[in-house]
Amino acid sequence: MNSPTRLPAPMGLLIDRERPLRFSFEGQSYQGFEGDSVASALLGNGRWLLSRSFKYHRPRGPLSMAGQDANSLVQLPEEPNVPADLHPASEGLKVAGQNFSGSLDSDRDAYLGKFSRFMPVGFYYRAFYKPKGMWKIWEPLIRKKAGLGVLDLDFKPQYYDKAYLFVDLAVIGAGPAGLRAALDAANSGAKVLLIEQQPVLGGSLNYARFDIAGTRATSLRAELLAAVEGHPNIQVLLRATCNAWFTDNYLPVIQHKRMYKVRATRCLVAAGSFDQPVVFRNNDLPGVMLTSAAQRLMKFYAVKPGQRAVVLTGNDDGYLAALDLQEQGVTVAALVDMRTTPVDSELATELKRRQIPLHLGSTVYEALHEAGMRHVSGVDIRPITGQGKVATQGLQLACDLLCMSAGYMPVYQLLCQAGGKLAYEETRAEFAISNLPTHLDIAGSVNGRHLLDNVLADAARGAAEALAALGLDVPTPAAFAAERPVNFPWPIFPHPKGKDFVDFDEDLQVRDIVNATRSGYRDIQLVKRFSTVGMGPSQGRHSALPTARLVAHATGRSIGETGVTTARPPFEAEKLAHVAGRAFDPYRQTPMHRRHLEAGAKMMPAGLWQRPAFYGKAEDRDRCMQEEARHVREKVGLIDVSTLGGLDVRGPDAAELLERLYTFGFAKLAVGRTRYALMTNEHGVVIDDGVCARLGERHFYVSATTSGVDRLYQQMLKWNAQWRLDVDITNVTAALAAVNLAGPLSRQVLAKVCEGIDLSAEAFPYLGVRLGKVAGIAARVLRVGFVGELGYEIHVPARYAERLWDVLMEAGAALGIRPFGVETQRLLRLEKGHVIISQDTDGMTHPAEIDMQWAIGRKKPFFVGKRSIEILEAQPLKRKLVGFTLPPTSAQPLEGHLVLDGADISGNVTSCEYSRTVGQIIGLAYAATHQATPGMHIPIRVEGGEIVQATVVQLPFHDPENQRQEL
Amino acid sequence: MPFALLKHGLSADYPVEVDLPPPCDLKPRYDVVIIGAGGHGLAIAYYLAKYHGVTNVAVLEKAYLGGGNTARNTAVIRSNYLTSEGVRFYAESVRMFQELSNEFDFNIMYSERGQLTLAHTDATVRAFRQRAEVNKHFGGRTEMIDRQQIRELVPTLNLDPGHLPVIAGLWHIDGATARHDAVAWGYAKQAAKRGVEIHQLTEVQDLVVRNGRIEAVKTNRGTVQCGCVVQAIAGASSLLMAKAGIRAPIQTYPLQAMVTQPFKPFLDPLVSSSALHCYVQQTSRGEIVFGGGSDPYPLYNTRSTLDLKESLLGHAIEMFPFMANAKLMRQWAGMTDMTPDYSPIMGLSPVENYYLDAGWGTWGFKSTPICGKTMAELVASGGKVPALIAPFALERFSRFQQVNEMGATAASH
Repeated sequence: MNSPTRLPAPMGLLIDRERPLRFSFEGQSYQGFEGDSVASALLGNGRWLLSRSFKYHRPRGPLSMAGQDANSLVQLPEEPNVPADLHPASEGLKVAGQNFSGSLDSDRDAYLGKFSRFMPVGFYYRAFYKPKGMWKIWEPLIRKKAGLGVLDLDFKPQYYDKAYLFVDLAVIGAGPAGLRAALDAANSGAKVLLIEQQPVLGGSLNYARFDIAGTRATSLRAELLAAVEGHPNIQVLLRATCNAWFTDNYLPVIQHKRMYKVRATRCLVAAGSFDQPVVFRNNDLPGVMLTSAAQRLMKFYAVKPGQRAVVLTGNDDGYLAALDLQEQGVTVAALVDMRTTPVDSELATELKRRQIPLHLGSTVYEALHEAGMRHVSGVDIRPITGQGKVATQGLQLACDLLCMSAGYMPVYQLLCQAGGKLAYEETRAEFAISNLPTHLDIAGSVNGRHLLDNVLADAARGAAEALAALGLDVPTPAAFAAERPVNFPWPIFPHPKGKDFVDFDEDLQVRDIVNATRSGYRDIQLVKRFSTVGMGPSQGRHSALPTARLVAHATGRSIGETGVTTARPPFEAEKLAHVAGRAFDPYRQTPMHRRHLEAGAKMMPAGLWQRPAFYGKAEDRDRCMQEEARHVREKVGLIDVSTLGGLDVRGPDAAELLERLYTFGFAKLAVGRTRYALMTNEHGVVIDDGVCARLGERHFYVSATTSGVDRLYQQMLKWNAQWRLDVDITNVTAALAAVNLAGPLSRQVLAKVCEGIDLSAEAFPYLGVRLGKVAGIAARVLRVGFVGELGYEIHVPARYAERLWDVLMEAGAALGIRPFGVETQRLLRLEKGHVIISQDTDGMTHPAEIDMQWAIGRKKPFFVGKRSIEILEAQPLKRKLVGFTLPPTSAQPLEGHLVLDGADISGNVTSCEYSRTVGQIIGLAYAATHQATPGMHIPIRVEGGEIVQATVVQLPFHDPENQRQEL
Repeated sequence: MPFALLKHGLSADYPVEVDLPPPCDLKPRYDVVIIGAGGHGLAIAYYLAKYHGVTNVAVLEKAYLGGGNTARNTAVIRSNYLTSEGVRFYAESVRMFQELSNEFDFNIMYSERGQLTLAHTDATVRAFRQRAEVNKHFGGRTEMIDRQQIRELVPTLNLDPGHLPVIAGLWHIDGATARHDAVAWGYAKQAAKRGVEIHQLTEVQDLVVRNGRIEAVKTNRGTVQCGCVVQAIAGASSLLMAKAGIRAPIQTYPLQAMVTQPFKPFLDPLVSSSALHCYVQQTSRGEIVFGGGSDPYPLYNTRSTLDLKESLLGHAIEMFPFMANAKLMRQWAGMTDMTPDYSPIMGLSPVENYYLDAGWGTWGFKSTPICGKTMAELVASGGKVPALIAPFALERFSRFQQVNEMGATAASH
């Protein structure tokens, strides 16, 4: 086990040794330093076991130390699945393991690993359903084992927000390539955004080694950082992740509690490549990690990753890492190079000089472990005898650290989201990215350039291309040097006893991938879906490459043909809070809203609006409604109708537009008159209604339904974009407030406060419209009859709404005026048999079904829906909206209850309420045409399945001669 | 330990069970060519072989088996539709789903979780009551429930999101989910066992129609003669129909969905809200799946967008505030062929021996078994339309006899 002491400076770039902190893991207290990640602090204390694997509950420790694997996922009190190798340790932080039963150290579910033979790939498809019904018993048991961390169900959302950035060039990744490119572009005048996931600039310059002396990275880093930091043209975002690529370089960048939404003219991805594991038995033990992870541990956190290490590599970088390890006091027991060809002679010489044993053409065949598999304890090294084959005899060495690197996989995720394609280069055993959009480019190791000089040259090239596209000065790019392949072509060594993991997230072994192909799942996508490879939290970061190789081999295709599965956003797991940002919850209040609250209104949502349902307590609904309704019938009531849509249509073609949009004729409508306006769509379906008031020869004021007006306004603009009529359409819904003053006494009330309008029945008859002043406010006054009483709709500029309300209430006080709400209005209009579009109509209703043929102008050459209506009218009518009554003692149907016709459904109740005025339960319902004659009975199935026989009646229920509204 | 797994553990060699047949050559002619090896195409092939003895059948797939909307949908199975025609059809589908694992000898992990849809407005309450009533009329299990009952069913749900308090809920006890891929694989396995050929990576590039009859299909692997053709694709239904000279009232919209990392189970029912355009379910792996409405404009592309993700997840947090801390892992999209009435197109076409299984919008997966069964009956009988699918004929659009399911489809899938 490791000593808890840290390495001396310059190791520990990120930590501040002056600022120790304490936190806990699994209830035990640990010390770390400011700048530590949770994982580095734990490893600094010799604590390696961080998590349990998804399926077999195997002990796991850090793999990448870069937040790119599921092995380091831990549980915070309020947050599950937190990457411990990225999350900062902080004073008092409480961290726990996840996905275990009992304790993390002795997980009762660890026995599952022993049964892995009984759980072959896709085993759940092959069992648990026999005999029939068994699945219902098995499923809950299996479901209990699902998932990783635990979501805190009481967590309250915190403040997260969004910000917007617009730049010439977004550079993703601030390693050598990103720094060089940002600098070149900025020096030529481009506005650059540099996005880096780590808390410091430098990328691999911070932890990797590029030369035997080990000085190159440090000096280059110092040089680049000095130029970039404080550069006026470069904005740097640290600890920030560009988490997706959306069309046209639309980049969501997550930093702290904010998502920047970046629009970049050009984007250069210099995100590097992922170090790849080698597949061998027990390659998942704590203490087995990627070579770069060991380097990160030392250089970032001054944590000595082990006392005695074995380095398994397929390229020269492993040699350099071995030098790093030895310099920090780690005994390198062996450098195992899978390659047989002689390597860089200088490196080999240096290794010899330092007495590090070199095993060429060999691999680690199996990692050995302590009891309980808590840590690697040694390796079984075997000579490689063929592709994936090893000699029967090998060498066993003790070690407490195994560093592995099979090569690199470009960070292709963002690029594939942009349509990039991965092509496998057989000679280099590496995937290369092509087919990128013109405004997106890549540079550095993501582009297959691994030699540091080539990385810098590639960055300069990328910057030059971006600058050329931006029309800025272009520096001369450098030439590239030849470089050796970095990937070992077949770093997969299956073991007969398995546990040779291809996918750590999902506990998938070599045989699982191969067996999936043998069962017929040959396409890489099918392999993924059947085996779940790549579906875990790390989304195939470390499994895509070996899977492609295994599937290609098993199905006799090339690796290029086999490919990898689709990469989709996000790049790494993102909190819902980050994406959602601040919750916008728009809703609308009318300008009289306060008055309703003061009057004790029960408010209800109507589309985005809040409207008074009635005035009184929720539990008094029926009483309040009936009283309000009686008041309107007998005296006078006032309702806020500001939410009604209002559209001003002006211009020489105003009448023509309405002729085409609505079913009725409007060309001959006299100024000062209104007319009902019904709208159908191209299918002849009724979609909206309102009143058209002609205020002038070229000016109409059209009302529309509350919920329909926005869509209707869009439709009007859309149609007129085709028709190009000389007309101007304005949505004035929110600009005007309106009330309906209704009841036999309404004229008396209005007379007190109205100027400039002769209110006599002769001068201002039913369906008239007048301009004048009400309460001293310029008003449009319409005589309407929706509720079936003498009534005036008064429309005034919204800012005067409260004044209008107050003056009318005051003027009516002596006559007993009282406000009424939407629910009361619905009852009143029901008594008059007026339909509400979308309540009494549905997505199929055409005018004949609701007896609205009178509202169709037959002489017009065209209106939207005309052709369809004619076709529909030529067919037998299948259903009709009818009025029905039931005695007050009957069970009351609810809206939505069904009308039956024998064993069939013939319709449904659309409106139903008890009416004190009529003395009956009244309603509207669709019924079959043969059930629709007044006097007939229609069976309605009400709550509890009871069937009531309602009587079909002629509409309206109240005041059939319409005498009251036309007073 | 179920008995079925013992052989895997106790035998020295892996007892390979072949689910999907290996590639083979195309024959020059088949009695039936089915275009599209998704759930639907494979189901038709299976029922043709099983019930009608028709096995000289090729299912042609341009990419990989079950890789279109079968792979991309969010696996909701339900029958709480609005119209009699719809409810009858989908209710039969639910019944068939319940039997599939045993019928296939392959576990599709059918899981009856119940589906809860939330009403935030009185208009929705009316529509839900009608759906509940229609459903019950045809033997489905659907109830209107109040806030208290909702609270008991899903204690973690926020009943007062923003200014849209939940008024009531539609509780569809039959609502279920299943492993969507497994449905396609199960059909493929059993169809192949009965002699049906499944050809992946075989793209139909053109159709040869002469004198109102289809004679052959041209593929990237050559021309294949055929007795008849069934079109069973999604995402490009109208484009393929156009190749047969058939006009379709279909517009294709992307539909996006997303999934979080796995968490320990806390949510059993499928929960959706039409007002918030959001539905939420937790899969058997513990991941939370979110879906919403289609994109606002037609497009033949399965790209993801940020805008939809922002609004959908904003609404998800309103419904389940604690999910603010859950982490999203993946976002994807499918292409949905939307019809004007939100019902599918099944049955005959103007081309005599060309059968349509199209226009499946966002409701294709849940109909897989019943659609396969009825379409097989149609094909085997040489064009006699089964009563269950007669209302869904293409000609309903020119005859103004639509089956309007718009209200029962939005954001519930």
